Amino acid sequence: MKLDAKIPSGPLEQKWDQRRFEAKLVNPANRRKFDVIVVGTGLAGAGAAASLGELGYNVLNLCIQDSPRRAHSIAAQGGINAAKNYPNDGDSVRRLFTDTVKGGDYRAREANVYRLAQISNSIIDHCTALGVPFARDYGGLLDNRSFGGAQVSRTFYARGQTGQQLLLGAYSALMRQAASGRVKVLPRREMVELVLVDGRARGVVCRNLVTGKLESYAGHAVCLATGGYGNVFYLSTNANSCNVGAAWRAYKKGAAFANPCFTQIHPTCIPVSGTHQSKLTLMSESLRNDGRVWVPKKAGDSRSPESIPEDERDYFLERRYPSFGNLVPRDVASRAAKVVCDEGKGVGASKLSVYLDFRDAIKRDGLAAIREKYGNLFDMYHHITDEDPQKVPMRIYPAVHYTMGGLWVDYDLMTTVPGLFCLGEANFSDHGANRLGASALMQGLADGFFIIPATLSGYLAGEKLGKVSAEHEAFREAEKAADARVQKLLSVNGKRTPADIHRELGGLMWEYCGMGRNEAGLKKALARVPELKEEFWKNVRVTGSGADFNQTLERALRTADYMELAELILRDALERKESCGGHFREESRTPEGEALRDDAGFSHVAAWEYQGEGSAPVRHTEPLSFEHAKPSQRSYK
Amino acid sequence: MIGIRLNLRIWRQKGPADAGALKSYEVDGILPDMSFLEMLDVLNEKLILQGEDPVAFDHDCREGICGMCSLVIDGRPHGKDEGATSCDNRMRRYKDGDTITVEPFRAKGFPVVKDLVVDRSAFDRIMQAGGFISVNTGSAPEAHCVPVPRHKAEAAMDAAACVGCGACVAACPNASGMLFVAAKVSQLALLPQGAVERERRALSMIKQHDLEGFGNCTNEAECEAACPKGVKLSNIARLNREYLRASILTPAQ
Repeated sequence: MKLDAKIPSGPLEQKWDQRRFEAKLVNPANRRKFDVIVVGTGLAGAGAAASLGELGYNVLNLCIQDSPRRAHSIAAQGGINAAKNYPNDGDSVRRLFTDTVKGGDYRAREANVYRLAQISNSIIDHCTALGVPFARDYGGLLDNRSFGGAQVSRTFYARGQTGQQLLLGAYSALMRQAASGRVKVLPRREMVELVLVDGRARGVVCRNLVTGKLESYAGHAVCLATGGYGNVFYLSTNANSCNVGAAWRAYKKGAAFANPCFTQIHPTCIPVSGTHQSKLTLMSESLRNDGRVWVPKKAGDSRSPESIPEDERDYFLERRYPSFGNLVPRDVASRAAKVVCDEGKGVGASKLSVYLDFRDAIKRDGLAAIREKYGNLFDMYHHITDEDPQKVPMRIYPAVHYTMGGLWVDYDLMTTVPGLFCLGEANFSDHGANRLGASALMQGLADGFFIIPATLSGYLAGEKLGKVSAEHEAFREAEKAADARVQKLLSVNGKRTPADIHRELGGLMWEYCGMGRNEAGLKKALARVPELKEEFWKNVRVTGSGADFNQTLERALRTADYMELAELILRDALERKESCGGHFREESRTPEGEALRDDAGFSHVAAWEYQGEGSAPVRHTEPLSFEHAKPSQRSYK
Repeated sequence: MIGIRLNLRIWRQKGPADAGALKSYEVDGILPDMSFLEMLDVLNEKLILQGEDPVAFDHDCREGICGMCSLVIDGRPHGKDEGATSCDNRMRRYKDGDTITVEPFRAKGFPVVKDLVVDRSAFDRIMQAGGFISVNTGSAPEAHCVPVPRHKAEAAMDAAACVGCGACVAACPNASGMLFVAAKVSQLALLPQGAVERERRALSMIKQHDLEGFGNCTNEAECEAACPKGVKLSNIARLNREYLRASILTPAQ
C-alpha cells in the first residue's frame, strides 16, 4: 500500500488554490449523470449532500436516525473557530493554523490544517446566510469568545448550542435540496457493507432499520461522513447510534485506518454513577474559566467538601501548572485528574471524581454574575446529579469525547480505496493527536461544504467510470455477507446481552487504553480482547428476527465491529511508543511527569492495512514534516 | 436489593397495522441517579435474557438535544420533569411501588412504527416545503455585511432552540404542529437573511403541515407547556401574522 497524500505543490498559502485550479471539472449539464452516495447527515454529511446537490449531482444521502436533523453534531456546545479577527486581537489564518498544529501536538499535515484555517471564514459567512442565529453584540455584529489553546477570541457561538444551530443550518440546506429532487434522503438506514467493483467504491449495502431489509445502492463515488468511534469505550459523550460500522466495513475492503489510538478524553464530564449508566454528559470547558479544581490533600479523606479547610485542599492544576492554572488543555487536565484519583484522593462515592468549585468565584463576583455565565450548566448539573453547584462543588471526571483517528485520506479527502471519500470526524483529520475546542464544527463544515465539492469533481471528471447498477453481482455478494452476520448473531442464543459484553469491552479499553497507557497493560488487553470477542460470538443473546425493527440486533452488529476495532486501537497504541496529545504512554514522559514526544521516531501518521481475518494488520507510515509550524515541547508550567 | 421496584404499563405494538395494547412489567433495582431511559434499559436487558422482544423506543444523544426520544409518561409528553426531554427525566422522582404508564407520542401525523417508536418524517417534509434560506454554498456575502439587532438575534435563537421532537403535537388536543412550524417561521422571519422568502415560506410550510394531517391551533397552549426547550406560544402569534401578511401580499395563483 502506498500512502500518497497528493499535497499540491507551491507555497503553503497557495496550495488549495492550486488544487482547485488543477482539479478537472464536470460540465454543469453532465453533473446529473453522476450518482454520489453520502453516508451520514452531520455537519460533514449534510454539508456535502447539500452542496453537491446545489452543483447538480444526483445525490443519495443515508441517515441512521429517524431524521437528518438528529446527527450527533447537534450535541456540540461551545462554538466554532474562524480566523476573522473581528476582535482585532491579532488573529490571522496563519495564527489559527499554527495554534491548530501545535494543539494537535505536531501530528497533523501542515497543508491540510492551513486549508482548514483558510476556509474557516467562509464557513461563518455561509452559516450566517443560512440563518444560523449566532450570538451578536448590541451593534448587530457577531460576538466572539475565548477557548482553550488560543490567546485570541476567535470562537463564534450560539449560546451553549452552537452544534445544534450549525447542524440545523446544514439540515435546512439539505432539506432545500431534497425538495428540489437533487438529493434523496433515506432515514433509518445503517450502512453494513461497502461495495467495490474493479477496485473502486461503487456503492453500499444498508440495512433498513424499520423493515430489516438489506438495500443496495450504486453510485460513481461514496462519501463516508459517519462520525467517530468513541463508543468503543462503551461510556462516552457520544450518542447511542454513533458507531464505527461504516468506517470498519471500508477498512475491511482496503481503506487504511490511521492513528486509531488518538482519542480525546474531555476533562469536565459528570462522573460515572453506576454500571447502569448508558452515557456520559459533558459540562462545557468554559466552566474552568471560573471554577477551581481540587481534591483533599489526604488520601481517603471522606469529609464533606465544605468541612475541609483551605490548607488541606490540593488545587492540583494551579499547583502543577501555575501559569495556565485551571485552563490547561484538555489532555493535560484529564491526566492530572487521573493522577490524584490514582493516589486515592478522588472524591464522591466512587472516589473517581474531583471537585470543580465555584465558591471563590461566587464570593468574588457575586452569584448573579456567575449565574449569567453558567446558569444553564449549573441547572443541567443540578438536574442530573441532584446537587446544587452553587452550594457544593461540582464533581467532574474525564470521559471519552472525540476521536482524532479515522480512515486515512489524502489531501482530496479520498481514502486508499479509489472513489471512497471520508469526511468530518470519521477521517483521521486535521487535529493531529489532540483536537482544540471549537475546531470539530469547523472541520466538519469545511470538509462537507467546501472541500468535497471541489475534490470530488476532480475524481469524477478525471476517471472513466462506467455505469454500474445495484444489479451487479458484487452487490449480491455484499448482501450475502451482511446477511450472514445477521443470521449468525441471531443463531447464537447465548446468555449475555450485547450491551453487557460491550460494557466489559469498554471497561477494558478504559483501563488499559484510556488516559494512561503502558506496554504491559496494552499487551494484557491485547490478550484479553480476542477472548472477549470469542465469547461474544459464542454467548451473545439477540432476540427477534433480522426482518424487523430490532434494536438489540443493531447493538449486536455494532458491538461486533467494536471487538475488532478495539484490537486495532490497542496495537496502534502499543506501537506508538511516544506520548503525544491524547495518547499518553507512561514510559515516555519528562522528569516532571509530562508527556514526552519522540519526533525522531514518531513524527508520522500510522495507517493500518487490513490483511484478512486472523492475520495481523500491516502498519504503514506517512512521514510528517513541519516547515512553517516548528515543533516544540508543549509546556503549560 | 438496592434501589426501588416499579410497576410499568407499557404500550406494545408490533407494527403500524397491529392494534397494540398496554402490557404490565415489573422492574427492580432502579437507582435515583438513573435516567428514565436507563430504567427502560434495565427492563430490556431483563426481557432479552428471558427471550422476550424488548421494548422498542427512540433515543440517541441521551442529553436532551437531538430530539429523538418521544415518550408519553403518565399522560405527559416527556414526563413530569419540566424543561426536560424523556431522556432527561430522572428516576429520583419516583417512589418504591409506583406505577408508571409509558405510551408513544400519539397523532395522526405520527404513525406508530413499533411499540413506543413513531414516524415523524412529516416534520422533514414540512421543512422541505420552506424551512430554509435559498443560498448556495460559496455565494454568501461577508457575515458582517448585514447587522442584526441583538434582541432580534436573541428572539430568533429562542425559536431556533426547537429540537423537532414533536411533543407539541402529542400534547395538543388537535394534534397540531403549529408550534413546530412557528418556531422555524419565526426564526427566519426575525433575521434579515430570511426575510426575502418569508411570504412563500409561511404559506407553503402551513400548506404542508395541513396536508400531513396535523390539526389547527385553537390556543390551548398545551404545546408550550410540553415543549422541553421553552419555545413560546407567542411564536404561533407571529406565524399567524406572517401567514396573514403573506396571504395579502402574495398574488392569487
